[in-house]
Amino acid sequence: MTDALLIGADAETEVPLKRRLRRAERARQVKALALVAPLLIFLLFTFAGPIAGMLWRAVDDHEVRQVLPQTVAALANWDGKDLPDEKPYAALANDIQTAREAGTLAIAAKRLNYALNGFRSILTSTARNLKTVPDTGTAKETLGKINPAWRERATWTTIKDASGPVTGFYLLAALDLTRNADGAIMAAPPDQAIYREIFGRTFLISLSVTVLCLILGFPVAYLLATLPAGKSNLLMIFVLLPFWTSLLVRTCAWIVLLQSQGVVNDSLHWLGIIDAPLRLIYNRFGVCVAMTHVLLPFMILPLYSSMKAISPAYMRAAASLGAPPLTAFRRIYLPQTLPGIGAGSLLVFILALGYYITPALVGGAADQMISYFIALYTTETANWGLASALGAVLLLATVLLALVYGRLVQGQQVTGGMKN
Amino acid sequence: MSDNSTLRTPSQRIAWSATIVISTLVFFFLIAPILAIMPLSFSSGSYLTYPLPGFSFRWYDDFIHSPRWMNALKNSMIIGVASTVLSMVLGTLAALGLAQWKSRLKPLVLAFVLSPVVVPGVITAVGLYFFFAPIGLTGSYLGLVLAHTALATPFVVITVGATLQSFDTNLTRAAASLGASPLQAFRRVILPLILPGLASGALFAFATSFDEVVIVLFMAGPEQRTLPREMFSGIRENISPTITAAAVILTAVSVILLATLEALRRRNERLKGGA
Repeated sequence: MTDALLIGADAETEVPLKRRLRRAERARQVKALALVAPLLIFLLFTFAGPIAGMLWRAVDDHEVRQVLPQTVAALANWDGKDLPDEKPYAALANDIQTAREAGTLAIAAKRLNYALNGFRSILTSTARNLKTVPDTGTAKETLGKINPAWRERATWTTIKDASGPVTGFYLLAALDLTRNADGAIMAAPPDQAIYREIFGRTFLISLSVTVLCLILGFPVAYLLATLPAGKSNLLMIFVLLPFWTSLLVRTCAWIVLLQSQGVVNDSLHWLGIIDAPLRLIYNRFGVCVAMTHVLLPFMILPLYSSMKAISPAYMRAAASLGAPPLTAFRRIYLPQTLPGIGAGSLLVFILALGYYITPALVGGAADQMISYFIALYTTETANWGLASALGAVLLLATVLLALVYGRLVQGQQVTGGMKN
Repeated sequence: MSDNSTLRTPSQRIAWSATIVISTLVFFFLIAPILAIMPLSFSSGSYLTYPLPGFSFRWYDDFIHSPRWMNALKNSMIIGVASTVLSMVLGTLAALGLAQWKSRLKPLVLAFVLSPVVVPGVITAVGLYFFFAPIGLTGSYLGLVLAHTALATPFVVITVGATLQSFDTNLTRAAASLGASPLQAFRRVILPLILPGLASGALFAFATSFDEVVIVLFMAGPEQRTLPREMFSGIRENISPTITAAAVILTAVSVILLATLEALRRRNERLKGGA
């Protein structure tokens, strides 16, 4: 159409027309962007901003600098090899007294206690005794008398490490790592090294649920894709109804079914199969069953759409060329469902990684996934740095998997478009 | 498909039968728990076991006369409707813009807009908790509506976007060439055509908010507890039959939403088939 206009136009009007078209197009793009802008601004405020804030908290370390500013300044030039000289001691005595009067000492004590167990009592006992112990010698002697911990290098390196403004402390802790007094990264003490196991557990539960979903979902997707449209639409209700039913309802249903006086145990008992109720819930089994139930539709739906796109002509061609049915299935059908398997599995795995509600309600203490600990440290113990660091690790894993998923789905759409 | 009528070899027939048997078991696994919980809500006894001692509406009576549950139902509705409206406005505008926008940045922007669906609920909730607390948005309806809107809008963008993809933009040009202002063209031409897509988007948005519990757990004060939130604490404490009544009510809402969505899809397919 444009060409026809250009050919029809004489040389004088050709340039302005081109420019006019370009200008109109630019105006359209600006208008399009203006339509998207409100949502982008909204999400910046309600989504991206909060998450960026959480990531910042994973490295933020302002408590000690805020409460003990003179000490932090005095320690700035300390090399950390021997005990510091008199200056930091005097600064600390000052800082502690100021903080005590302002009532802020607990803030620093909490932060320092994360790094060195027992630091809180060192600070509080020092604050309590600073006035009662006569100010005879140097601050170094006085503090050492009040609490011998001030004669140890580790006490001071802990303060220096916590001086901020940013720290890798929480992120290291989230990976069961810590820094020793010399600043080298090393394994955290066993009583604090619990997060690798929790990440491993989260990964393992997600993987089990994904495999279960694939095993259960594949035949269903195949059936739905093969049956005539009328029947498969009807059967689709069995997949869509649970999909739309509230997560809480489904979790509640599993508790009612699986608890020791629940429907399943009662029926088995009534049938004479068991004498004592089986322990089916508040353990790993219950978590896997309930999560598989919740996530199964997310596997079936992508599998179904990838199978639906496979032309039956391929299988017929394979059969006419003499391939036995199983071979044709394995060599012709299965490879074409691989993108669907990949997409469904990744989707289920990504969703499972962040699960919180279901394991919290149907799992035991040993089945809680990483989200549970993020929630725990946020609302119960208020260790926001660690909660954020664990969140950052979970977010990173999710984003990486989502990128792979995006690639996979995009590729599928492209090939799907070419087939049509 | 003709495949199942032309199953010739025994192995093929066995494989097909196995598919049917396994699928039937999976369908049972999917639907039985939801169905099993329903009769219990009509029990006259207070234990959640079969056989039922008798039939009664006492737990529904309990639900209706409990200020806690009724307040939760009211909150779920207020927050659900408000976040649906807000996400419809933001999501529809964005979908209209994205349909016209040509840029290499577009996939990036789209990924950003859709990311609230993928990011684990706890991460969004913790981020919002830190972010909203200092500005007084925790323990408020506004805070919950904003948070639920962020979660629901991606679904609106996807559904409305899909409708726009099949929308013939020449119709807008035709309207403009016939002298319609952009607003008129939108109201008289675009809107009627994309209305089913909008309705589906609204249903998805409402369902997202109605079912959401993690953010509510972190951000709601005692005043703003929603139905799923009450169910969460109910399940934690002890499962009373009142909870099963609540579960049936929630499921009824889901069924209505699903049926409406299905009706819209059928209508859309019929229209497409006629064209």
